[in-house]
Amino acid sequence: MAISFTLNGEPKTVDVSPDMPLLWVLRDTLNMTGTKFGCGMALCGACTVHINGTATRSCITQISTVAGKKVTTIEGLSPDGSHPVQQAWMEEDVPQCGYCQSGQIMSAVALLAKKPNPTDADIDDAMTGNICRCGTYQRIRKAIHRAATLQQGAKAKSA
Amino acid sequence: MPTNTLLDRRAFLKRAAAGGAVLVVGFHLPAAGATGSAEEQEKKTPNPLNAWVHITPDNHVSLILGKSEMGQGVMTALPMILAEELSIDWKNVKIEQAVTNPDVYDLGTGGSGSIAGSWLPLRRAGAAAREMLVAAAAQRWNVNPNTCVAKDGGVLHGARKNFLTYGELVEDAAKLPVPNFNTVTLKNSNDFTILGRDTHRVETALKTTGAAKFGIDSRTPGMLYAVIARCPVFGGKAAKFDATKAKAIPGVRDVLLIDPVPEGAFSAGGVAVLADNSWAAMQGRKVLDITWNEGPHAAESSDWLRKQFVANAAKPGKLYRNDGDVDAALSAASKKIEAVYELPFAAHACMEPMNCTVHIRPDGAEAWVPTQAPQWAQEVIAGVAKLPKTSVVVHTTLMGGGFGRRYQADFVMEAAQVAKAAGKPVMVLWTREDDMQHDFYRPASYHHFRGAVDAQGNLAAWKHFQTSTSIDAMWNPENGATGEKSEFATAAFIPYETPNFRVEYTLAKCGVPRAWWRSVEHSSSGFVVESFVDELAVAAGVDPLEFRLRLIGSDRKIPDFTNPKEGKPLDTARQKAVLKLVAEKADWGKPLPPGVARGIAGYYSFETYTAAVAEVTVKGGEVHVQRLVYAVDCGRPINPDGIRAQVEGAAIYGISASLHDAITINRGRVEQSNFNDYQMPRISETPKTEVHVVASTEDPTGIGEPGLPVVTPAICNAIFALTGKRIRRLPLRPEDLA
Repeated sequence: MAISFTLNGEPKTVDVSPDMPLLWVLRDTLNMTGTKFGCGMALCGACTVHINGTATRSCITQISTVAGKKVTTIEGLSPDGSHPVQQAWMEEDVPQCGYCQSGQIMSAVALLAKKPNPTDADIDDAMTGNICRCGTYQRIRKAIHRAATLQQGAKAKSA
Repeated sequence: MPTNTLLDRRAFLKRAAAGGAVLVVGFHLPAAGATGSAEEQEKKTPNPLNAWVHITPDNHVSLILGKSEMGQGVMTALPMILAEELSIDWKNVKIEQAVTNPDVYDLGTGGSGSIAGSWLPLRRAGAAAREMLVAAAAQRWNVNPNTCVAKDGGVLHGARKNFLTYGELVEDAAKLPVPNFNTVTLKNSNDFTILGRDTHRVETALKTTGAAKFGIDSRTPGMLYAVIARCPVFGGKAAKFDATKAKAIPGVRDVLLIDPVPEGAFSAGGVAVLADNSWAAMQGRKVLDITWNEGPHAAESSDWLRKQFVANAAKPGKLYRNDGDVDAALSAASKKIEAVYELPFAAHACMEPMNCTVHIRPDGAEAWVPTQAPQWAQEVIAGVAKLPKTSVVVHTTLMGGGFGRRYQADFVMEAAQVAKAAGKPVMVLWTREDDMQHDFYRPASYHHFRGAVDAQGNLAAWKHFQTSTSIDAMWNPENGATGEKSEFATAAFIPYETPNFRVEYTLAKCGVPRAWWRSVEHSSSGFVVESFVDELAVAAGVDPLEFRLRLIGSDRKIPDFTNPKEGKPLDTARQKAVLKLVAEKADWGKPLPPGVARGIAGYYSFETYTAAVAEVTVKGGEVHVQRLVYAVDCGRPINPDGIRAQVEGAAIYGISASLHDAITINRGRVEQSNFNDYQMPRISETPKTEVHVVASTEDPTGIGEPGLPVVTPAICNAIFALTGKRIRRLPLRPEDLA
């Protein structure tokens, strides 16, 4: 069945089973491997993408429900790693193994879109669905605060 | 058992291939688990070196990395060592992963041994390359090499106008004899400009843009995706199966039976479903109809195992160490205590589930493997493909966590078997359930301690009985009776002085697979030793820090009882120093608000000294670790920020072990399946973690694992200080605080 949606700003049409999760359409059909598989049950957050701007676990999102929508993956945040969240992640050397980090970053971007100056409690709530086995949480928190500052700085410049 | 071959020392030079001269200096890094300083190793065993430096005529420098990057930071730290000796600009270094060549490389990554084992070999190779480049420049200028200086990626002589880049020199340098690695001059540490400074990791950009390729991201033309239905009972196998429904799933291409390999790889075998994509393979597997022959372990359970533990503990074990007369000392003691500690099986829970991609052709094979043991992977694939190892190319990918799990070859064996049977490239990937239920677990153990403090406050007696499902008994069954060697480590040579010290062991039999889980036996030894010494401190009425310092006593070097020839002795001065440092940084002894308490622990593992203080609160029966302060001495820091990151990460791994980790067995199978019933700490559980790295000038030692053993005892000792409840069984449960 042909399903069309927008991926990182570009139109895509895939011919797959309508119940195939978006995660596997991205990874296997479209070879967009930045989005990761960790649990298959929306327990770990590694598969987090944005659908129409909302952070969503792609492992339990059937492709049929994505028709006509805008999907953003980690690859679509910036062409060159210049998104403020990515910049903050690099400044703080957040990733260790790095496998969970696409999902962490996508959740963080969604948080900052809603709350440009999040509190630690806001961060706890928004990021609780993203597991990091390497234990980079302290740096994730620091990087989110840093990204908030970078984004506010960018806003001020363009104001 | 993974091979640990130390090949004859060979430093050699490859001549330029067509297309430009390349200076290649070969050197070999010793295998994981090798103990003793690199210097001692090089003296007594030929010490082969295995990473190369490539310098192209247009001055691009590449270092080939002979270890696996699993998040522990070797991809940055090891090249830093080389770059320092070569005196090149760190920013210009490119890193390439080594391919397997068993004649040259020894690639096993584990045992927190990469930096410790690579330190001198890498320095010597870098220094040798530097000397050759300097010699080439000196020849070209017709000057004495002593008047030339290597710096900024080139060679300088006299006035600045006499400067040649390494790229301009490499063709000549490649023709010169290779210096003797034993006598090459190493850079003076006072001149270090790279080592010891916080350094950004080289691969962070890849990991923040989705560009980093992990094993599960491997793609090769014509590749099929496969998942395997494995018998849920350990040691069972498929008796018969019906694949009719599976083959009807769109995208499913084939269904194959794979034999278990019960030794070496310890792979479970099962029924493989091959498909055009991962999802179709999983859907196909769901509708397989399989009858299992459950095998000899089907009646095992955690309750059954505990009964074994209790029965074993009622009798003396095999003596592993026996100083003085513990029983007499205990009889004579007026103040003696005893305690029983229990730890469950624990899962690695790498975020990237196991996977392996293999392509076997008649003339050769290629594999993309997230592995800590690339050469073992190569051997396994060569065996299945019936090809010489030299025809098998293994690409070591990045991996989403290792923690010892990826040192195994089970996931390689089954992928090779599937690829061979299918005649096509295949990725075998594991779901989270597969990964949770077919792990090589941290052993379950049961410890009975007895100890006594005399009237002077000295440790009069220490008796440690352990029974466990030992790692050694599974991997070296002929040594089953000496399984204790793999289960005690520092528990057999504690820093606390006592004339009466006994360690006993009884093996418990079990079908659950066990192997190396981050910090291995130290994960249990750290908990039990540092809990029991804390209980003795309480019994003696002495502050836990002061008690430990007093019992450690004088400055001396305690031989590694488990490895007296090669193990580095425990330097009590360094252990006391980290205890004092952490106490100072954690404000030990200063008042805390009500409802908060501190606990302390100190431990020596992998030749590294650690100490931690945990601050905990308990609210509504839930423990919250609000602060964790560490002091670590891992010798000369290579990348201090990398050290801090490893210890910060170990804090979370340790909180998981304290509060969450439990793999339980029933009817011969693991009861847990995913992160709903094997919970991981979330960001809200993160303590404020402060890591203080001792500015040592001793040889560098490891940090991947040493941060872990002190976490659980520090937390549990804090809980006792807060509540008066002693935690003796992990993970901690609400009823333990009631």
